[in-house]
Amino acid sequence: MTRPIVLPGELLASNPKVAGAGTYVDKGKVYAKFLGLLDKSETSVRVIPLKGRYIPSVGDVVIGIVREVTSNGWAVDINSPYQGFLPAAENPEMRPNRKPNDILEIGDIIIAKVVNIDPKMKVTLTMKDRMCRAVRFGRIVPINPARVPRVIGKGGSMIKLFKTELGVQIIVGKNGLIWISGDRRKVNIVEEAIYIIESEAHTEGLTDRITEFVKRRKGELNGQ
Amino acid sequence: MVSEDLNRLSGDIQLIVDGKRLDGRGFDELRPINIKVGVLKRADGSCYLEMGKNKVVAAVYGPREVHPRHLADPVKAVVRYRYSMAPFSVEERKRPGPDRRSIEISKVSREAIEAVVMKELFPRSGIDVFVEVLQADAGTRTACLNAASVALVDAGVPMRGLISSVAVAKVDDVLVLDPMKEEDNYGQADIPFAFFIRNDKIESIALLQMDGRVSRDEFKEALEMAKRGAMEIYQMQKEAIKAEYMIESEEVNSDE
Repeated sequence: MTRPIVLPGELLASNPKVAGAGTYVDKGKVYAKFLGLLDKSETSVRVIPLKGRYIPSVGDVVIGIVREVTSNGWAVDINSPYQGFLPAAENPEMRPNRKPNDILEIGDIIIAKVVNIDPKMKVTLTMKDRMCRAVRFGRIVPINPARVPRVIGKGGSMIKLFKTELGVQIIVGKNGLIWISGDRRKVNIVEEAIYIIESEAHTEGLTDRITEFVKRRKGELNGQ
Repeated sequence: MVSEDLNRLSGDIQLIVDGKRLDGRGFDELRPINIKVGVLKRADGSCYLEMGKNKVVAAVYGPREVHPRHLADPVKAVVRYRYSMAPFSVEERKRPGPDRRSIEISKVSREAIEAVVMKELFPRSGIDVFVEVLQADAGTRTACLNAASVALVDAGVPMRGLISSVAVAKVDDVLVLDPMKEEDNYGQADIPFAFFIRNDKIESIALLQMDGRVSRDEFKEALEMAKRGAMEIYQMQKEAIKAEYMIESEEVNSDE
């Protein structure tokens, strides 16, 4: 199924009840809000963005850098127009007799989850989740947030490929930061593969090419 | 100025010869337009646009944090627009930096852009639009607005629709679309328009300026002429964006 490209202001439907993400309603008509692909079904109309900054939404797993330490938590850069805030109470490592400074310092990297966004776009993070942790080892690879679905692949196929072929740990933040950990040479291969995924605009059969690339590089490693 | 007025009155400079303009165009014909999308790697969205001899490039950054902080608005994004002419863009070298003219153009263009950008979606952030005129003929402000509108779409900024802009001038007592330099300098009036276009229809006027003298009827005719010109430009803007994203859309389609 091919989805057509829509531009801002294109009329998508005349029933405001079907308006979904990436659309807006004016005088009972549904229009596209930004450049993207039209995804239309009988019950909903939405636009899948092709470009744009990372805008947080509740439930997203993000990777952030601690920018400021305060008495009641940490201000975290989440690669977005907005800064995230991790309250001290949302970090399970926090004990009553410890200060925020002893747990996370400026420059530390964390994997966190977005729990709340208030109308003024104050983003609250939490680390009370299985996936969340402070990053003490491994590597961070930054990519364009719009390419994140491409790195994950269809049904997580790309991630699965990296995990099974190379045995690395990998967590993709919705904000375009990716954490990889494992054998350093294998992490190198994953990093290269991610950059290939990000840069190749014309990607017919990208999954196959990445599979081939990973296998070839792995073969080179074992051959040495 | 006085000598120019005399020249015009005495008919020394004839801008319309045998029903044709100096460059051979008809009265309601645009100059050739060329649009390229995504020309700057480091900007979030960009566009290079040629309108006749005008060459402009637009870059969009954002939404991003606003610096200095006190400029940020807690309920909506701030839009900043900078129109600037390169020193080598005109015949006589222009001193670099903002002057009264470019400050005015930046202000009215920003207001035109604000009519379509959905600022309320990004409280406490800023959207910066920079347009640089690399070569100026006439109607650089309209060329810049057209480029900025495409660059905003390229940046993925939420918008209500597109902005398309064109000027109408009065020369030798007739109205002409998209005036070039001679028509601008020696004409009787110059009226730049910008329209908010949504779903292939003109919704409203986003920018309207005028300098010179026209009658009430002539003004109405100029508006109709500008609308037709803007629709032509709008189609070209749309095509340019769609062509740029054709390959990428196939990729996303095959992926999901």
